[in-house]
Amino acid sequence: MEFVREIGGIEDAVEELVRQCAPVCADTRRLYFNFRVGLTEAIANAILYGNGRDPAKKVRVELRLDDAGIQVQVTDEGRGFDPATVPDPTLPENVSKPTGRGIFLMRALMDDVRFNASGNSVSLFLRLAEEADVGDSARSCR
Amino acid sequence: MSFSIRSVGDATVVQVQGQLIVGNRQELKDLVLARLEEGARNFVIDFAGTGYIDSSGLGVLVSVSKKIREARGELRLASLNEDLQTLFELTKLDTLFQIRDDLEEALAAF
Repeated sequence: MEFVREIGGIEDAVEELVRQCAPVCADTRRLYFNFRVGLTEAIANAILYGNGRDPAKKVRVELRLDDAGIQVQVTDEGRGFDPATVPDPTLPENVSKPTGRGIFLMRALMDDVRFNASGNSVSLFLRLAEEADVGDSARSCR
Repeated sequence: MSFSIRSVGDATVVQVQGQLIVGNRQELKDLVLARLEEGARNFVIDFAGTGYIDSSGLGVLVSVSKKIREARGELRLASLNEDLQTLFELTKLDTLFQIRDDLEEALAAF
């Protein structure tokens, strides 16, 4: 389990978690791209929006590895939000906006993304079986 | 240092080393806007040495692109690896930016 409080701590936390996953994920592109970007998005969202950049608040990152895949849960100390209200950043009216791509990228790059009821905790899953493309939701990590 | 900046003819070339993420995006924005303030108008951001970009990094590119356009300048992106190309395609930002295969090609078009 890792705790992150500030933006500057994201990179080290992500690299440490990727390092822990490396022995079970032979597909380096999927690990170093899909997982790394998806995890970075989740932690950044938690610090920036969940905790409102309050350094007194922590972001808890829990990693679970098993035969099925890599699961990571990112939980902040904020009040949460409704992810269904986040607009699609690929719509023509949103493409030129500087923000709003984090959740979209998590969903595009990971195999499963689930928020808890209050929206202050997100669980990301990267499967370790099957074959597909990097931007697809079902690709092998082996 | 995540970024290096140099002039090549009339163009300002920014090279991104490592990653462009939430932790260093402001540094890139400050660098580009300072050059814009000094009068530079043609910009290339070269990603030949870049491992990955997150949504904040993409956002800062959108933001500086708008500032450059407002100043009647031009921004081109160069040397995106396969992963970065995927990011731009997924987010449809490949429709917003002028993307060239490498730095030489990006500079040649100014």
